[in-house]
Amino acid sequence: MDNSSYELIEIHDLDYSRGARQIFNGLNVEIRRGEVTAIMGPSGTGKTTLLRLITKQLIPDRGVILVDGQDLSALNQKQLYKLRRRFGMLFQNGALLTDFNVFENVAFPLREHTRLPNRLIRHIVLTKLHAVGLRGAADMMPAELSGGMARRVALARAMVMDPDILIYDEPFVGLDPISMGVIVRLVRKMNDALGISSILVSHDVQEIASVADRTYLISDGKVAASGSPQELKKTSSDLVQQFMNGMADGPVPFHYSAPNYAEQLLGRDAE
Amino acid sequence: MLREIYYQIMGFVRTFGAFQLFFVKLVMNSPRIFVRRFGLVVQQVYNAGALSLVIIMVCGLFVGGVLGLQGHSNLSKFNAEDSVGTFAAFSLIKELGPVITALLFAGRAGTALASEIGLMKATDQLSAMEMMAINPLRRVLVPRFLGGVISMPMLVAVFTSVGLFGAHVVAVDLLAVDAGAFWQQMQSTLEIADIYEGIVKSVVFGVVASLIAVWEGYNAVPTAEGVGRATTRTVVITAIAVLILDFMITAWYLG
Ligand SMILES: Nc1ncnc2c1ncn2[C@@H]1O[C@H](COP(=O)(O)OP(=O)(O)O)[C@@H](O)[C@H]1O
Ligand SMILES: [Mg+2]
Repeated sequence: MDNSSYELIEIHDLDYSRGARQIFNGLNVEIRRGEVTAIMGPSGTGKTTLLRLITKQLIPDRGVILVDGQDLSALNQKQLYKLRRRFGMLFQNGALLTDFNVFENVAFPLREHTRLPNRLIRHIVLTKLHAVGLRGAADMMPAELSGGMARRVALARAMVMDPDILIYDEPFVGLDPISMGVIVRLVRKMNDALGISSILVSHDVQEIASVADRTYLISDGKVAASGSPQELKKTSSDLVQQFMNGMADGPVPFHYSAPNYAEQLLGRDAE
Repeated sequence: MLREIYYQIMGFVRTFGAFQLFFVKLVMNSPRIFVRRFGLVVQQVYNAGALSLVIIMVCGLFVGGVLGLQGHSNLSKFNAEDSVGTFAAFSLIKELGPVITALLFAGRAGTALASEIGLMKATDQLSAMEMMAINPLRRVLVPRFLGGVISMPMLVAVFTSVGLFGAHVVAVDLLAVDAGAFWQQMQSTLEIADIYEGIVKSVVFGVVASLIAVWEGYNAVPTAEGVGRATTRTVVITAIAVLILDFMITAWYLG
C-alpha cells in the first residue's frame, strides 16, 4: 500500500467538543513518516483527546482525519481493527492488564491475534522485553513494578505486533530523571532502528527538544505553533515563549477564571 | 420544572435503550465466545462460582434451618409437623433458593465483576485492548456475563440442597420429626412443574444479575469514586430487579 502522496496522518479542520466545552476548533496537524512528532500543550488542552481521535476511539464533530490516505470516518469496525494493528499505543499509566504478569502482558496481543507456537511467542516476547531492559522482570506482576518499569513493559507490549506507528501519551510524567532519560533514548531508538513513526505527547520541553523532529504546540483548540524544537525556541510569540521557558503566567493564565480575589476574601460574593 | 422531568424521562429512555442494545450485543456474541473461547468462560464460571460458593452454602444451611424451626412450630399447631419437609422444599425450590441466591450473588460476584470491569476501564485497560484491535466486549465482557449466567443455576441448586439438608437437621435430628415422613410427603406432593419454576427463575435471575453487573462496570465513571458507585448500584438494582421479576414469574405461574 503506497499512499506516499499523503502524509502519514493528516488532520484537517478538526472540531471536537465535550459537552459544552469546545476542545478543538479548526485543528490542522500533519504527521510525517519516519519522524518523531511531538504534541505539546498545557494540561487539559486535549492532547489525550487528540490521540483518541487519531485512533478513532472518539469521533470528531467536524473535519477529516486521514491515516495513510484512509478517511477514518469511512472505516467499519473490521477495517478499523485492521488499521489499529498498525498502531502501538503507550497509555499514560501503562494500562497493563492487572491479572497477567509482565510476560503474559507482552504476549497478550500475540496470543489473541496469532496462532504462533509457544516457543516462538516466548522468543518474541523475551526479545521485546530485552529491548526495554526488562527481560529479568518477566515473572513480575504489574502491581510490583515502578511507574517507569510499567511504562517500559507497556512499550514492549505496544511493539510486540511490530506496529508502524508508536504513540506515547505523556511517557515522562512522574518519572525520575534516569528513567526519563531511558525512555527518551528508547523513543528515538525504536523510531530509527525499526523505521517507524512516533507521536509523542508531552509537556516536558527539555525531553521533547532532545528527541522530536517536529513539534506542534496546541492551545485553545488550535495549533499555536509548529516546527522543529529549535525553530519553536526562536519563535517570538508570547505563548510559545511562556511554554518553552516554563513561565507561570502569560497568555496561558496561571489562575483558572475566578471571581475577584480581594472581593471573594472579603466575602462579598457570599450573598 | 416540566422541562426537567422531560429530560429525566428522555435520559432514562435513552439509557434503557442502550441497556437493551448492550444485552443484545452480549447475547449475539455469546455463542461464538462459548465455542471459541471456552477456556475463558470456564475461568469465569470458576471465578463467579468459587467466589460465591462458601457464602451460598452457609446461608443455605441457616435458611433451611430456619424453615425447619418455623415450619415445625407452625405446622405442629395443626398436628401437621410431618409436612415440614414439604414446606421447606416448596419454599426453597420455588422462592428462597433462586431469590436469596441471586441477592447473595449480586453482593459477592456481581460487585466483584462490576468493580473489576470498572477498574479495567478506569486504568485504560479496556482502551488498551481496543488499541490492540481486541474487542473488549468479546474478550472481557461476554466471558464474564456467561460465567455468571452459567454459575447461577448451579449455585441455586447448591443453596437449595444445603437448605434442605439444614431443614432436615433441625426438623428430624433436633425436633424429632419422622425422617420417613419428612422425605415421603415431599416426594409425593412436589411436582416436576415446581422444579421447572425454580429453574426458570434461576436462569432469569442469572441473566439479569450478570447483565447488570457487567453493564454497571462497563459504564462506570472511570474514577475511583465512579467504580465505587457502580458496585453499589449493582447490588441495589439487581435486588430490585430480582424481586420484581420474582413477583412477575410467580404470578405468571399461578395465573
Ligand atoms: N471523559 C470525559 N468527559 C468529559 N470531559 C472530559 C473527559 N475526558 C477529558 N475531558 C475534558 O477534555 C479536556 C481535554 O482532556 P485531555 O485530552 O485529557 O487533556 P490533556 O491530555 O491535554 O491533558 C479536559 O478539559 C477534560 O476536562
Ligand atoms: Mg492527557
